[in-house]
Amino acid sequence: MIKLDKFSLENGLRVIVHQDKSTPVVAFNVLYDVGSKDENPDKTGFAHLFEHLMFGGSINIPKYDQPLQKVGGENNAFTSSDITNYYLTLPKQNLETIFWLESDRMLSLAFNKKSLQVQKNVVTEEFKQVFLNQPYGDAWLLLRPLAYKVHPYQWSTIGKEISHITDATMEDVKNFYNNYYNPENAIVVIGGDVELDQIKELSHKWFGSILNVNSQCRNLAKEPVQNSFREETVRRDVPVDAIYKAFHMCSRLDENYHATDLLSDILSNGDSSRLYQQLVKKQTLFTDINAFITGEIEEGLFVITGKILKGVDIKIAEEALNNELSKIINEQLKQSELQKVKNKVEATLVFSEVSILNKVINLAYMELLGDANLINQEIKNYGKVTTKQVQNVASTIFDKNNCSTLYYLSN
Amino acid sequence: MDKVINRKKQPAVLSIKSIDLTNPTIINLDNGIPVYFLKDGTQDLLKIEVAFGAGLANQPKRLVSSFTNKMLSEGTNSYSAFEIAEKLDSSGAYLVTTIDKDYASITLYCLIKHLDNLLPIFEEIIKAPVFPQNELHILLNKAKQDFIINQQKVKYRASVNFPRLLFGEQHPYGQMAILTDFDEITQLDLENYYQSRYHAKYSKIFVSGKIPSDLDKKLNKYLGSSFSKEKQSDFQPDFNLQKTKYKNLHITVNEALQSAIWIGRKLFNKLHPDFIGMQLLNTILGGYFGSRLMTSIREDKGYTYGIISSVVSLKMDGYFYISTEVGTEYSDLTITEVHREIDKLRTDLIPTQEIELVKNFFLGQLIRDLDGPFAVHDKLKAVVLYDLDLKYYQHLIDRIMIITPEELIMLANKYLSKDSLVELVVGK
Repeated sequence: MIKLDKFSLENGLRVIVHQDKSTPVVAFNVLYDVGSKDENPDKTGFAHLFEHLMFGGSINIPKYDQPLQKVGGENNAFTSSDITNYYLTLPKQNLETIFWLESDRMLSLAFNKKSLQVQKNVVTEEFKQVFLNQPYGDAWLLLRPLAYKVHPYQWSTIGKEISHITDATMEDVKNFYNNYYNPENAIVVIGGDVELDQIKELSHKWFGSILNVNSQCRNLAKEPVQNSFREETVRRDVPVDAIYKAFHMCSRLDENYHATDLLSDILSNGDSSRLYQQLVKKQTLFTDINAFITGEIEEGLFVITGKILKGVDIKIAEEALNNELSKIINEQLKQSELQKVKNKVEATLVFSEVSILNKVINLAYMELLGDANLINQEIKNYGKVTTKQVQNVASTIFDKNNCSTLYYLSN
Repeated sequence: MDKVINRKKQPAVLSIKSIDLTNPTIINLDNGIPVYFLKDGTQDLLKIEVAFGAGLANQPKRLVSSFTNKMLSEGTNSYSAFEIAEKLDSSGAYLVTTIDKDYASITLYCLIKHLDNLLPIFEEIIKAPVFPQNELHILLNKAKQDFIINQQKVKYRASVNFPRLLFGEQHPYGQMAILTDFDEITQLDLENYYQSRYHAKYSKIFVSGKIPSDLDKKLNKYLGSSFSKEKQSDFQPDFNLQKTKYKNLHITVNEALQSAIWIGRKLFNKLHPDFIGMQLLNTILGGYFGSRLMTSIREDKGYTYGIISSVVSLKMDGYFYISTEVGTEYSDLTITEVHREIDKLRTDLIPTQEIELVKNFFLGQLIRDLDGPFAVHDKLKAVVLYDLDLKYYQHLIDRIMIITPEELIMLANKYLSKDSLVELVVGK
């Protein structure tokens, strides 16, 4: 059970406080409700590039990192399709420095030209390091546009191509900032040995006077129902064949979300899971197999990826995989098997509450979904799922017409 | 609330000079295994790690250590691999095997309510593994395939070649696996290695979390008796093997978009009087985001997504390295720039402001690294390896506080001269 308090400032900034007296560390999270789904299709990768620019100095503070390091703190950030999230930890004695730093970059950036130039380069190197100079590194760059034809989830957070990043202009940067980096579009969470009154005072002092510039109304294209099987085959200089299957699934707040997540666990969470036991151990067709959900806020993907054992025909491996998917639809799922994955989920959720940083990141995300208190309902939500519900979800999702398959073959 | 605030000025900075750590309770099981209990935490969780002195450096043949470790949970006298997996998963537990150069560990993470279900099987995994041929075959196939895939990653190739370059491939810390090694591992190798290294006398147990009061008795029941198959090993690693001279190495990968660059040297471990000074010097150079290398190579020039440096302490030795991946067109420029930064450490005193910032960062990081029982667990294990205890960390703070710029310039000259550094490039 995570206890929390919430309040809002007049400018719309939402603040959540989680008191944990057991730790000498304070964790601070600022979530901005903007992700790569909000990008222009011709300027993809921008939300993530922008995340880099948030460290290039703000209106009153030329360097973000130095003052934080001076008080023993450390920070980082990530961008996803849905959100841009900044987080940091530091010893509790110097709490106020975070308010000073984070409020200033919410107030205004320095819009430093050199920072833009350098970060375009850094992100270009990141693109190469993570996606291009790695075996199988471009698989997601291929899979997303195969699965989505209309919705902005069709591109990855890093962007469609490097030129989108190198073409970014200072004007783009300013517009993006004015549109999305506003108090009403942000959620702040503070966790640690802190007092609610102290946080209220600091929040008003540092964030209270920040005004909203533009308001954004999100209007994303809806992905039409997929009604025929899609496939793509690529050949690359990789040692073994791999297969990637993506099926459309429900949104994060859908009543079937938890059942869908448990379905992926039944297939591949842990060494006793079905796909690992059947396809890796018994039939020895794959060396690696994974099923997971992207779990995005809007309708996401249920993904299965596998590396095929050298010498095995990918079509035979795929048939065995499809056979496992049919089994979960057609053969009665045992209560004990469902209970097993529920136990695993429970342990995972409790372990995720060990780190104060994890807690504040999760709380911010839950608040974005509607209410930070949802975090305390998660174990119950998983607990309620029935075998029938899991099998219904399986039969909806594992329909050949709902599937996009990428065959990633060795040259 | 309307008072005018000065946004240009950083709020008051309080520096941190001490650290509040509760020492573990230590008991010995009947067979002599020491158990370190770190009781703390807000969740009903436990982490139990059994660490053996059976790391990569101790193996008589390449890959034997890691496969022995990985295969512990793949079948025992009473349970098949599937039964083990099923029992662990049903109790929501995670069993993790880890290996580094000195230690091989097997760790159980679980909710306390499932502990009694799990201890009997945990005992079997540790005391009665049988290393079944079929599971070994599957794991070897997978590992071999992963190995081939990893060979396409410039970073991976640099990371495994670098220790070899420093220590020599015959040295226990310099070994590097090659593809054919995967065809030469047998069930018998693993059994022999298990019997010679997984002894009570080479073992230590670390427990952290909300420890139930009777856990000492339970551990004694399951892990306190003698390990039946203990045999003497006829193999002893030779840590004194000397390599005469470093040679730079360039491994060309024609299709690479980035080069992995590693530069460094052999150094010493935590017990050496200059170790803490070198840790601070390393932090300044490449040990944090605001470091000189990150500032120059990433934030000023944009050659890379990241560059770091690190000092590594091993039980019998240690080393220092800088590592990065840069666009291939920047390889030479990066190497020149790295040497320029190192030269600066040898010629110019570190400015007071910078050294103060780095000291504060260093201590803040230590506090962050010691947050919560599981984190303290890892930090404790890291010092127990050298027969030190948690007091080491207060000593570390006290020592860091008094290091001067003069001492750092002396260390830079003593250990970081250009001809003492070796260079490895994988890419172009």
